[in-house]
Amino acid sequence: MSDYNFAYLDEQTKRMIRRAILKGLAIPGYQVPFASREMPMPYGWGTGGVQVSAAVLTPEDRFKVIDQGADDTTNAVSIRRFFEKTAGVAVTEATTEASVIQTRHRIPEAPLREDQILVYQVPIPEPLRFLEPSEVETRKMHSLEEYGLMHVKLYEDISQHGAIATAYAYPVKVEGRYVMDPSPIPKFDNPKLEMAGIQLFGAGREQRIYAVPPYTHVVSLDFDDYPFEPTKADHACDLCGATDSYLDELIMDDAGGRMFMCSDTDYCGTRCAAGHCGAQGTPLAEDAA
Amino acid sequence: MQAHALEGGFTNAPIDAARAFRGLMTAMARPGTICDVSGATAPAPLSVAAGTAILTLCDPDTPIYLGAACDTQDVRDWITFQTGAPFAPADKAMFAVGGWDDLPLAKFAIGTAEYPDRSATLIVEMPELSSHGATLSGPGIKDTASLSLPDCAAFQANAMLFPLGLDFIFTCADRLAALPRTTRVR
Amino acid sequence: MYVAVKGGERAIDHAHAWLAEERRGDRDVAELGVDQIREQMTLAVNRVMAEGSLYDPDLAALAIKQSRGDLIEAIFLIRAYRTTLPRFGGSNPVDTAAMACDRRVSATFKDAPGGQVLGPTFDYTHRLLDFKLAADGEVAEMPQTEPNAGETPHIMGFLDREDLIQSEPAGAEKPDDLTRSPLELPASRALRLQALTRGDEGFILGMAYSTQRGYARNHAFVAELRIGAVAVEMDIPELGFAIDIGEITLTECETVNQFTGSKTEPPQFTRGYGLVFGMAERKAISMALVDRALRWKELGEDNLGAPAQDEEFVLYHADNIQATGFLEHIKLPHYVDFQSELELIRKLRREAQAGSQAGEQAEGKGPSGGSLTGKMKEGVAS
Repeated sequence: MSDYNFAYLDEQTKRMIRRAILKGLAIPGYQVPFASREMPMPYGWGTGGVQVSAAVLTPEDRFKVIDQGADDTTNAVSIRRFFEKTAGVAVTEATTEASVIQTRHRIPEAPLREDQILVYQVPIPEPLRFLEPSEVETRKMHSLEEYGLMHVKLYEDISQHGAIATAYAYPVKVEGRYVMDPSPIPKFDNPKLEMAGIQLFGAGREQRIYAVPPYTHVVSLDFDDYPFEPTKADHACDLCGATDSYLDELIMDDAGGRMFMCSDTDYCGTRCAAGHCGAQGTPLAEDAA
Repeated sequence: MQAHALEGGFTNAPIDAARAFRGLMTAMARPGTICDVSGATAPAPLSVAAGTAILTLCDPDTPIYLGAACDTQDVRDWITFQTGAPFAPADKAMFAVGGWDDLPLAKFAIGTAEYPDRSATLIVEMPELSSHGATLSGPGIKDTASLSLPDCAAFQANAMLFPLGLDFIFTCADRLAALPRTTRVR
Repeated sequence: MYVAVKGGERAIDHAHAWLAEERRGDRDVAELGVDQIREQMTLAVNRVMAEGSLYDPDLAALAIKQSRGDLIEAIFLIRAYRTTLPRFGGSNPVDTAAMACDRRVSATFKDAPGGQVLGPTFDYTHRLLDFKLAADGEVAEMPQTEPNAGETPHIMGFLDREDLIQSEPAGAEKPDDLTRSPLELPASRALRLQALTRGDEGFILGMAYSTQRGYARNHAFVAELRIGAVAVEMDIPELGFAIDIGEITLTECETVNQFTGSKTEPPQFTRGYGLVFGMAERKAISMALVDRALRWKELGEDNLGAPAQDEEFVLYHADNIQATGFLEHIKLPHYVDFQSELELIRKLRREAQAGSQAGEQAEGKGPSGGSLTGKMKEGVAS
């Protein structure tokens, strides 16, 4: 590890990122521009989250990385290894044991505590981007708090489909001011955005950092007569039997047979270890492997 | 330049700065929470916490304003040697360090409508820092918090500017707390 | 009973091992040396240096070897290495008038002081595969001659003296650095040129070509294209003067473009500029055309809505490392997002089917009337 500075980035870069994080916390939901650096992993693969984690980690931390809720997805493995190697931090797969959690596309099922930090990898930080491609224009809209375009988009969804047709990266309004992209988490996770932990969002390629401090008001956009609904597959987890967790759907055979299991692998494993068992799970006593 | 400009810096910069930043970040994310920070020993009258905050956040890209009581040759030499940060008048400063009465609040940058982050962060040296005083609420605070603030009206006026405004770090010995523009003060 | 798929760590290790084996190829064939790549694949090395923004032929050659010849991957390796390098200072601007030119051509004057020097160009080769190279790459000795003595003056200088071309006074301010501060729009010309010179050659070429075909046509003449070595000097404050810290090869292209003018301003030609590390004239000419197209506002031209005039479009999409990373990330797992879309589409289809079965009495399904923004629930803090 002596080949690298602690947590890979040089100190001047970390200072620049740290200043951006502090301003992000002071202006919840506002996207702070920062001079993102080329990292030894590709843009779009979590370079924003990695830079934020590098600026936040201390040697005392215990680091967890999830992708799609799972600790053993290849990109999560790759990022966890990167920090084991460059920062020498301890790592864990247990949500409750982690002090810093870097995530792609999920918020863990277990509620985060005040002493925990959640770092999101963000591909497109601008919630208005797919409605207005120009950065100059969207920046102006945020400055004027002019979010009519978003309202019209949601309204058109309802006119066409009878429901808001956004299932993930569902836009939220933070502390009554900035409309924010919560990163491509399923809308099931949106209610968890109001939490006790510190949430930091890093978009490397797009050069933006933003933040949601603990206990900040985060409201998913909706209409009085079409209220926001967090949804998940209408099943219980086939491994642990949980009915309150977000589920992955697996195709099991050529006939299209399906099974459902928790996307949060730690949540599922913890439940199984505690003796819970779903329809296709392995009862605890039978198998210790 | 005095020899002691060379002293009092971080002994292990990457690690000291990482730990100090966690304190600063916790303070900014949880207004009213008092955090211990250490690692730097700046020349008097700067506190350990103020010196540590400066080494953690400042470099040649961040002009600093020094309040009158802090504006000594020793302090200037130390900041220059340790960080390379240039000194600037209040309206050009990204950071300021000084006692409450030494900081001309109205002159600091509060950001622009399109870039509210381009606002100054003021490090306010305090004679004491405790969880007794004004009542705070807003982002980062579960219900309410309390903090010994040097003023009330100034912070109320600052919060009215949101999303523009100044952000404050209060330092005393080796402890600090913070007050971002979002905090409502009673 | 189902056992969850595990083994991300092992899969990664095995993939890396396989990759290393594929890179090496058939072990009966001699291993390729980095020095061979540096000396015999120079244009690839040049492109990696230009788009990697790091002038180091040895490292660029190593990156090409490591990336199995995938130049964008090699550029990525160089960029990632570059960000870890400490920065000791900035050089003085290089003086391309003092360039030792290997090649120097003008399309606007038949001859000019310094002459037309073809140099090592593919331009007039017949593109016929040379099967002799497959057997034996040795080349005959090249006839030698004395290099031109003295400086080769810029062709633009002759137009400048007659006031026929817009003047381009030297800027006093130190330009921003694209790699050190976030891109902000509108960008200064210095920042635009930085983005273009490290931008993807194919993208810049396509943009330039589109201007030639009529999307914001600006009628470019290559006033001068020069390739050669220039000295890099740096001020050393302790010494009080600049010292020579090395030499780099550059390609510079200056274009003369259609003139502007008005009743009050006499007509003048306008300029486009390209400057690229190494021998990279396709890139340098492309850069000059795109630079010129992006200058429409300062030259008082109309916005024709052409892609090459759109600063935001060009600057945000020119970087192949950003582009390739984001493009390729869609092969990463997205099953959480996809699952939420699956649920949504199933729900919408269920409701649609239920609706059509229920009959046709319902009309105009949508949020009930009233002011839209007024009805939108706002997350206002109490």
